[in-house]
Amino acid sequence: MSAAIPAHRVRGPSAVGGDPRRFWNLALTLAKTDWKVRFFGSALGYGWSLLRPLLLFGIVYFVFSYVIGAGETVEYYGVLLLLGMILYFGFAEISGGALTSMVDRESLLRKVGFPRAVVPLSVALVATMNLALNLIVLAVFVVASGVNPRWTWLLLPLPFVLLLVFATGVAMLLSALYVRYRDVQPIWDVVLQALFYATPILYPIELLAAKYDTLAKIALLNPIAALIQEARHLLTGAPSLSESLGSTALIAAPVAILVGVTMLGFWVFDRMAPRAAEEL
Amino acid sequence: MSREPAGDVAVQVDGVSKRFRLPQEQVHTLKELALHPFRRRRFDTLHALRDVGFTVHSGEVFGIVGRNGSGKSTLMKCLAGIYRADAGEMWLRGRMAPFIELGVGFNPDLTAHDNVLINAVMLGLTPEEARARYDSIVEFAELHEFAELKLKNYSSGMQVRLAFSVMVHVDADLLLIDEVLAVGDASFQQKCFDVLNGMRDEGRTILLVTHDMNQVRRFCDRAMLLERGEVVTIGDPGVVTRRYTQVNFPVPEMDELRAEAPPGDPSSEVQISDVWTQDADGNRGAAIMQGTPCALCARVDFGHALQEPVFTLWLSDEQHRRVFAVSTAPEDAIGDFPAGSRAVLGTSFDNWLVPGRYTLSVQISDEGPGARIIASRENATSVVISGETRGGGIVEIPHAFFVNRLSSVPPRAQPAVKGASR
Repeated sequence: MSAAIPAHRVRGPSAVGGDPRRFWNLALTLAKTDWKVRFFGSALGYGWSLLRPLLLFGIVYFVFSYVIGAGETVEYYGVLLLLGMILYFGFAEISGGALTSMVDRESLLRKVGFPRAVVPLSVALVATMNLALNLIVLAVFVVASGVNPRWTWLLLPLPFVLLLVFATGVAMLLSALYVRYRDVQPIWDVVLQALFYATPILYPIELLAAKYDTLAKIALLNPIAALIQEARHLLTGAPSLSESLGSTALIAAPVAILVGVTMLGFWVFDRMAPRAAEEL
Repeated sequence: MSREPAGDVAVQVDGVSKRFRLPQEQVHTLKELALHPFRRRRFDTLHALRDVGFTVHSGEVFGIVGRNGSGKSTLMKCLAGIYRADAGEMWLRGRMAPFIELGVGFNPDLTAHDNVLINAVMLGLTPEEARARYDSIVEFAELHEFAELKLKNYSSGMQVRLAFSVMVHVDADLLLIDEVLAVGDASFQQKCFDVLNGMRDEGRTILLVTHDMNQVRRFCDRAMLLERGEVVTIGDPGVVTRRYTQVNFPVPEMDELRAEAPPGDPSSEVQISDVWTQDADGNRGAAIMQGTPCALCARVDFGHALQEPVFTLWLSDEQHRRVFAVSTAPEDAIGDFPAGSRAVLGTSFDNWLVPGRYTLSVQISDEGPGARIIASRENATSVVISGETRGGGIVEIPHAFFVNRLSSVPPRAQPAVKGASR
């Protein structure tokens, strides 16, 4: 070895590390592995990742639009329902999946030094891939329902990206907490259930607002609900977030919660990361 | 004190300490935390490393030895960036590849092909590099026809081969190897060492943690002995491994031995009051290097008079085999010992026993055919012989090896023409 090779100081593990390329390579490799293992041994393989949401959404669409008849008062109810479900399931998959990820990857964390945030992030990548596939299925339903194309569709990626950021922040927080407190998992299972019904997904926000206006506004403080509402607005022209909240200024509340929780998640994870291998 | 090491230094470790907090009461649930929010969590602190410092030069093979729990693996994990050291600083030069375990990230449900790529990326290659080296990795592991087989269908030996092959191809300047070479059969281990020797010849730096002192002597340029997280000694592999043997086989204190002396009325009995071994410098109870002079000794208090007794001393190995025994014979004319007299007796010899732990026994018997035992202390003390094992026998008598070639056999099946042309 020549002296030209620079020496570097070993500073121990961190959340992100100093080499973005390696970080990305590792996260992508872990995500690909998860993706491959997911449909391992099934005859249709990756086909299921499209077929499964298609079947599930078909059932939900049929039951809620025709059997229950909830869609009679709201235009494009079925499509809006699917959009809400896709976004919520994306959030649930990232946060719930990442929660146990540090413990699941224990052998890796204890044997190799690499940026610790790779682990929950790889879970988020897989879930993002899933979300993208679900969107393809959604497109089928959008076309089938005869929604007219609008210019606002160009803005649709924004709520999706914000939801992914929020979900990743929550994922960081939960995966870091789970390293030390194992009952975060059952607690989060319940929270996810409660949050599903607290979020206007099955019922349109207008229905709630007609009866309890304040309750509807409180429900929209939840960043997930706010993002779903905005995405619905951009997709079909349903009432926008500011219309539902009654004022544009109030948008600051869900945004503040989103930013605050996300930053808290990254901060907690960053604090835990150097000791993760010891505490597992 | 942050300073970059000199150009020929591959690893520099300065004053590195690592503590682990071991909670006495593991608070693992939020419920416990909620019920007892103000209860102080108490911790036992384990000092895994204390102020460890050493330097490894580029191209060196550096052995790290020590007992279980001496901090070897913790040190490796600090260097590999898995643990964060509490104090001190560490510098590495060039690409480092950690081999704390073979086959990190292997997934049994994926094919060997996928697993090789995952493992290589985990160990520091980019996906492009991993793909470029894939053929060569499978070639080296001799697993070409099984490359598309799921890893769970591999035998454990095949998995080890594959993992080792990846490790070889990671192409690091600095390798941290933590006992991974302990796995596999003899031929695999030989292959490992052939490869590591090749890497050494290429000028790579290797840090090797091992329990096998022969590996250290065969393979390392220098070695370090850790004990309870502290550096005991750094230097020549031979010296370090001898210290390891001494540390690992501690000799019981002499006081304990005295306490073990059989009770009895000192005024009327013949007693073996002390039994010990000593090395060439007269150090009692020390480990004795193979090939150096040593002595087996006993002190006897004669409570009553004894005429021409027979003294016998013998060493037994761990399998309770009597490896070496000496006895006085009547014709030695030892003489008489009056009541109340004392004597130290013993035998000195050049120690050609193989390394290991031996126990010393002493016996005094009557002269003559009856051979009545007057006093006896079996396995009264133990001694550790340190050194190298080459053969596998129970002694290593000084010897010379010779190989004389007999008259050369004419080459058979040689074409006559060729023979004629010489």
